[in-house]
Amino acid sequence: MARITLTDVRKSYSGMEVIHGVSIDIADEEFVVIVGPSGCGKSTLLRMVAGLEEITSGTIAIDGRVVNDLEPRARDIAMVFQNYALYPHMTVRENMAYGLKISGMPKAEIAERVARSAEMLELQPYLDRKPRALSGGQRQRVAMGRALVRDPAAFLLDEPLSNLDAKLRVQMRLQIKELQRRVGTTSLYVTHDQVEAMTLADRLIVMNAGVAEQIDTPMRIYERPATTFVAGFIGSPAMNILAATVTPDGAGLTLPGGAVLACPAPADPGQPILFGIRPEHIRAVTQPGGVGAIELTVLAVETLGADAYAHCAFPGHVTSAAEAMVVRLPGNAALKPGERLHAVFDTGAAHFFDPATGRRVGPRR
Amino acid sequence: MAARSPLGRTIAAHAVLIAYTLIALFPVFVIVVNSFKSRRAIFAEPLALPNAETFDLVGYTTVLAQGDFFQYFQNSLIVTVVSLAGVLLFGAMAAFALSEYRFRGNTLMGLYLALGIMIPIRLGTVAILQMMVAGGLVNTLTALILVYTAQGLPLAVFILSEFMRQVSDDLKNAGRIDGLSEYRIFFTLVLPLVRPAMATVAVFTMIPIWNDLWFPLILAPAEETKTITLGSQVFIGQFVTNWNAVLSALSLAIIPVMVLYLIFSRQLIRGITAGAVK
Repeated sequence: MARITLTDVRKSYSGMEVIHGVSIDIADEEFVVIVGPSGCGKSTLLRMVAGLEEITSGTIAIDGRVVNDLEPRARDIAMVFQNYALYPHMTVRENMAYGLKISGMPKAEIAERVARSAEMLELQPYLDRKPRALSGGQRQRVAMGRALVRDPAAFLLDEPLSNLDAKLRVQMRLQIKELQRRVGTTSLYVTHDQVEAMTLADRLIVMNAGVAEQIDTPMRIYERPATTFVAGFIGSPAMNILAATVTPDGAGLTLPGGAVLACPAPADPGQPILFGIRPEHIRAVTQPGGVGAIELTVLAVETLGADAYAHCAFPGHVTSAAEAMVVRLPGNAALKPGERLHAVFDTGAAHFFDPATGRRVGPRR
Repeated sequence: MAARSPLGRTIAAHAVLIAYTLIALFPVFVIVVNSFKSRRAIFAEPLALPNAETFDLVGYTTVLAQGDFFQYFQNSLIVTVVSLAGVLLFGAMAAFALSEYRFRGNTLMGLYLALGIMIPIRLGTVAILQMMVAGGLVNTLTALILVYTAQGLPLAVFILSEFMRQVSDDLKNAGRIDGLSEYRIFFTLVLPLVRPAMATVAVFTMIPIWNDLWFPLILAPAEETKTITLGSQVFIGQFVTNWNAVLSALSLAIIPVMVLYLIFSRQLIRGITAGAVK
């Protein structure tokens, strides 16, 4: 159990910088999730903590000890890999015990630790099987078990659930969270799945192109995304981000297509601003003429059962499918493409971003 | 498989395979069959099977009576097994270094090590002989072992580095995190996983060594270092050839190499990586 401190950690491959200075202080027993699209450097960052990649500059400290130049085995960490990386020619028991055996632990203690971890993960019936005789979920649990038996200072998990099917993933997600709470080991978890990130994390690191765009609790990131990237990445479906202009009187916004929304914006009259609103903060009303209702044309409807998502465009404004406005509707909403929809925006839940930098600008109220 | 392909195609495929097998086995068959026949029968009807009349073990008795024949066998075995061990060990280690570590000149080094595949080692015979003379290694098994190890390495490095590249990086990294040294990763994780490739290399390396006549003749023709292939030549004279003995010696020479082959071929078939990674 330990604190992990990253200070301005950078990574370059032959002169090309891919991680542009990440700093975070991870408290003891904290569960931190690094989330971002593929290629954003999240796995590289994790592997740098593990000692599998060299650190170009900056420092990584585990439990107050700078580990930059230490071999992985000297860092007191355990890692779970996306493809599990079980030793194929060893049984489950041997897989779990191998690291302990190498470290010279007495046999009796190894047996006891393996038994305890196997019980926690319900692996007892499979201890004498080879990995190839196990299902994906079981292999995943063995990989967890191999990390668990070592009782390390920190767990590093690299997309451990992405090879599982959707149902199993939800199940394992809960199990991992529960396990981490029980053993209390500091954990660093990498995923590209924002649902996984939101549900597991005590704190989230949202990464994009080698930059930690925002580090905060999941709810605060959801409520106050620091950049348009974070706003679009966290939350499903993604937040709608519209290029708007502040009206000359400063009391409203001119939306694409010309509709005016009564909403004070933190920018000067006549200035462009990015207006963000989540699908769940738009209410569809059937009757036009409601206060502040804005007319939209339905392009497509996705029905998910409990909810339906209408992809809409502003009338008179050419919109590609990618920039369509998404509005959350009840699942039984009977809307067809081409129909009109009147939407009321919950302007209290609006977000504003600077069009030049993409950074959040605070509401001026 | 059989259910999907029509019967005709199966038969055709098998016909081709059987024909090839026959062609490949025919010389061996002739050698073995004739080794059990009398001299007269060998010349009268070379393709006939031995019967009560023509059956004769004179070849084998000649060969076994020749006292140093066991010595030849032993020499061949020592040279083959030790060279094979050298090729596999050093080839695998070089292949691991080439496939696993990023260092300056990695590709160039790989090409350099593979160059030997294209250049026959026999071109260097004179230089090798001079070297062995200078080193005082002429007429020793060590000379043969060194030459054969060098001869086998290029192909071994080439094949094994390809296979080692396919061993999952995560697996090796898992080993590193588990506290394994690089040697342990090599010996306990990577080697077991490339066992089929090792077996392939072993077979391709072993047979030319066992069968070689060139280097034993040049580097170690002394009586006590003769290999079986060279030893068999004593029965081939300039004017008279003792065919019974030659054929018997060759038949006997097949056995050890076949045993080695059987050991390795079991590994060839085994796909051990199944289930290693999803």
